[in-house]
Amino acid sequence: MLRLDCLRSIHSELENSLVVTIMGAVAAELQSLGHRPNFFYLQHAMGLASSTGLGLAMCLPEQRVIVIDGDGSLLMNLGSLSTMARYRPKKLTHVVFDNESLLSVGGFPTATSTGTDLEGIARAAGIPQVSTVHSLETFQAAVSNALRENELTTIIAKVDAKGPAAYVTNLSLLENRFQFRRHIQSLKRV
Amino acid sequence: MFASFIECQHMPVSLTSSKVIYDALKECDIRLVSALPETWLVHLIRLADDDPEVILVRLAKEEEGVGISAGAHFAGVKSAMLMQNHGFLASINGIVSFAHLYKIPLLMLISYRGSFGERDPWQTQGGNVTEPLLRALGIPYSFLDSVDTVKKRIQQAQTLSESSLQPVALLLTRDLMWEE
Repeated sequence: MLRLDCLRSIHSELENSLVVTIMGAVAAELQSLGHRPNFFYLQHAMGLASSTGLGLAMCLPEQRVIVIDGDGSLLMNLGSLSTMARYRPKKLTHVVFDNESLLSVGGFPTATSTGTDLEGIARAAGIPQVSTVHSLETFQAAVSNALRENELTTIIAKVDAKGPAAYVTNLSLLENRFQFRRHIQSLKRV
Repeated sequence: MFASFIECQHMPVSLTSSKVIYDALKECDIRLVSALPETWLVHLIRLADDDPEVILVRLAKEEEGVGISAGAHFAGVKSAMLMQNHGFLASINGIVSFAHLYKIPLLMLISYRGSFGERDPWQTQGGNVTEPLLRALGIPYSFLDSVDTVKKRIQQAQTLSESSLQPVALLLTRDLMWEE
């Protein structure tokens, strides 16, 4: 399963959510499918995408928030799972692309390649809904379902360690950041 | 856990100063507080926990608070971070590669352990490096050292943080936080 295909399969469903992604392949691939003002790409600070999504979800409980995480980033901030589970925002969905690799820095294997089970960790941390998916169909169904339900959900998507040819895009970090905040403020005025 | 909670009750952390700090945060319209407990912060955290107008986020590690506060900023909610100086040390990558990189305002209230008067040997090394690191990172900082100036200094710190879109630190000193 390719992460790019997964992102393509849910791209249209991301329209009404606030989306926070990690750096690297996820950010570059999502932008290649079409940037939107409700997408924020955290192009560094590995591990903090989930914390950012949690902050958004706790401040805006009526708003759908999707974090698109990765195994390398999540392993850097496993405590975030316990903090998310502690507050359980009902409209927060946490997608983790697990390619068992730190792909963008040369493909070094992460601990999920030697048996670390992110689904088990998320479940044991207290995330109420957790699943692992291996196919495009089950991925799309799991995300669609999570976006309809009102329960904090973590979805581990096992994907190939393949990424885009380049990681730098022409969207400036600050432009993205200010556009994202403006977008949220415009939602609040409606 | 219960034992340590009881122990905190007998520690001379200033409830009066904690209330002055908390009231000043409320006057600045702080609506979210992230925190990781440490002795000097017990009253502040309890005040936030008891306040229905404030979202208290109890963290596993202080760096998470950078992401939480960034999310709050995007949401249009003003936030503050309560941490020990060792928690500041643990947050530095998040501060640099999120708050500085993306120009995110952070109001950081940092208990200044390991400075003059410190009896706990394990706090002393962190005390040595706190101010040099704040300076190295280019983080504007000041001290909360007297109840008379707490309110104004917190307001000024928040004003600078919001206007400059960057982290600003206030060091909570022993003189303010400890009564003995």
